[in-house]
Amino acid sequence: MNNILLAIILGTLFGFVLQRIGAADPDKIINMLRLKDFHLMKTILAGIGVSSILLFGGMATGLVDGGHLSVKSMYWGVVAGGILLGAGWAMSGFCPGTGVVAAGTGRIDALVFLLGGLAGAGLYGLMFGTLKSTFLMMPLFGGKTTLVQTGEYPAILNTVTSLPGWAVAVLIGVALICIGALLPGNTSDNR
Amino acid sequence: MYWNWKTGGIMLGLSFFLAVAAIKPIGVSTQFVIADGIMAAAVDPTLIQKDKKAKSGYSSSNAYLNKSGGKYAKSVAKPLNYSFVFVLSMFLGGLLGRILTKKEAGKPVVKQIPYTHVHRFKNRVLLRYGLTFAGGVIVLWGARLAGGCTSGHMMSGIMQTSISGYIFAAAAFLAAIPTARFIYNNTGGTNE
Repeated sequence: MNNILLAIILGTLFGFVLQRIGAADPDKIINMLRLKDFHLMKTILAGIGVSSILLFGGMATGLVDGGHLSVKSMYWGVVAGGILLGAGWAMSGFCPGTGVVAAGTGRIDALVFLLGGLAGAGLYGLMFGTLKSTFLMMPLFGGKTTLVQTGEYPAILNTVTSLPGWAVAVLIGVALICIGALLPGNTSDNR
Repeated sequence: MYWNWKTGGIMLGLSFFLAVAAIKPIGVSTQFVIADGIMAAAVDPTLIQKDKKAKSGYSSSNAYLNKSGGKYAKSVAKPLNYSFVFVLSMFLGGLLGRILTKKEAGKPVVKQIPYTHVHRFKNRVLLRYGLTFAGGVIVLWGARLAGGCTSGHMMSGIMQTSISGYIFAAAAFLAAIPTARFIYNNTGGTNE
């Protein structure tokens, strides 16, 4: 199928799902981060678990091409950037993806968030030339590393366990779903 | 109003799985750079150049757009690419979600100023916009420094068991929880 058509279908599906789980609602995000409402946290944990089980199950059976994986590098900037993103996420109730979706639902504050986002990304683009040679970009744990063997990337657990990598990944996926199930629920009725 | 966590978890998991099975893992924050690049290139047409020596076939005078063989420069020159259209389509998905949301009595379909904001700051609209603009600046600057955001690092990353994904998620929640409890208070109801 044409890639652009796929982008439209998969992007619309993802945006729709984010809206349906409440991720484009800043109250849901802020109440999750205030530790008042775990509904979204349960959904996210289950979502990661389900996608991971399907992905590694699919790769083990040869139905999914492992070449589609794209593991991001680990460096100090991931820690610093993660902290900054977390602070801004809590401040606004939006992250980049949910900001786009929330703007689609007609939220004006989300449009303002996107303008701020464009400014932030632009500012980073202008500063990259000076940042790129600092310690922030130094790889950690070998850079593009995974926990279990996926194929082309180095894996930490490769030499520790005798289970095949995909089985460990499926177990991690099941564990994430179980953590989600164990978190307190039944708060979705009070938003 | 929203899906329960089981339905939501399955649908969210399917979205991430279908994207990686068909093309590649979902990511969003890079496209803010591409959007900036498209605007900047409209003002300064010399920003992006065709370059046979570059791996992507394009280069830029900006070091960020020029990195990894001009990968971003190419996306700016050809905005009709998979990743950019994907993110634009997410906007449509949000709109579709809103249209299909059943209105509940006494509650707006979209609460323009969040309950959490009203609870803490009353109806101070400009403060809400100030918080979201500043939040947007910090979120995207941080996401670009980290090389990904909640979608790319946290969800797609942990899905693939990436070390960077676990560490990014830990760092983000470690900062987000105290910030949310400080700004929006850790007392009071979740409804109003």
